[in-house]
Amino acid sequence: MAHHGEETTVTVLPPDKERIKKLWQVAGILGVITGIEFLVAFLVPHELKDVRVWTFVLMTIVKAAYIVGEFMHLRHETKVLMWSILVPIVFIVWMLVAFVYEGMAIGDVRF
Amino acid sequence: MSHTSPVVVPAPGKTEWDGGVSPMNASYGKLMMWFFLLSDAFTFSALLITYGLVRSAHAAYDGTVENFVFSQAYWPIPEKVFASIPFFHGVHAPLVFVGIMTFILIMSSVTMVLAVEAGQRMDRRAVEKWMLWTILGGICFLSCQAWEWTHFIIGDGAVGANLVRNEYGPPDFADFFFFITGFHGFHVFSGVLLNFLVFYNTVTGVYERRGHYEMVEKVGLYWHFVDLVWVFVFTFFYLV
Repeated sequence: MAHHGEETTVTVLPPDKERIKKLWQVAGILGVITGIEFLVAFLVPHELKDVRVWTFVLMTIVKAAYIVGEFMHLRHETKVLMWSILVPIVFIVWMLVAFVYEGMAIGDVRF
Repeated sequence: MSHTSPVVVPAPGKTEWDGGVSPMNASYGKLMMWFFLLSDAFTFSALLITYGLVRSAHAAYDGTVENFVFSQAYWPIPEKVFASIPFFHGVHAPLVFVGIMTFILIMSSVTMVLAVEAGQRMDRRAVEKWMLWTILGGICFLSCQAWEWTHFIIGDGAVGANLVRNEYGPPDFADFFFFITGFHGFHVFSGVLLNFLVFYNTVTGVYERRGHYEMVEKVGLYWHFVDLVWVFVFTFFYLV
């Protein structure tokens, strides 16, 4: 029972106002971009398919960058860590190109 | 941001990675979480990209949006499928409910990162508060998804949707809906469990005794990733 009653003293630091403000800003940006996506979804006619799709893709990438960079803190990690995570994404890009290309080829054959 | 990554404290009696110095200035657990998330990103990409392939291999609807009707002959326009919200039966509100779900998930991501911030300055009360909000957000999202699935499966009552056929379009459409949102929903579910675990350990003072709240950061990474995936699902399944 020697350790009983032994208190651990914890120093609680005050909130980092600057950082918290920054986080809410990022959240605001994410919200606004999602709002714009909604506007595009309803205001840009479906006939302009390319405009719609590319706007969506672009905004999704911006949102992803904010989430990974700020919320997941990757932008502030060491460069080696950042690139170890980002470089393999190139395989996903390759997969996307290959599959969509293949999908269109299938569409051409069938229709 | 002047903030640098938190001090990495090695487990008692062990040197970091046995080499004394932490590679990439990150702890073992955090690094492994990153690589797990990378592999998970591949899995989700495979699902979403295959969705793209199968969709482009089906006929697209080429009439006007106003005259759109559900048919097995072409891929449906998502906003025509997901156009209902709870308690407002019969009201045509395309994508509004998905928008609410997106908002919930983004908000719970913010509360998570606030919990991380609180943990880094050893503020137990604040970690407890923000973890609770995060768990609540996760549960809200799961509830929304449960409603959405129910609505999707029941449909207008006659055909509804299952893995074999559905009233909205080709069978593949419902299949991908179930697999993609289901796989994501399962991630959210696991995330809520992990978040609860972290909350429990915070309340019982485990992290305070350990001297750091790194578990909050690791589970936080996972939680943000779930949010990240939703951003992509939202775009490629519901908007495009």
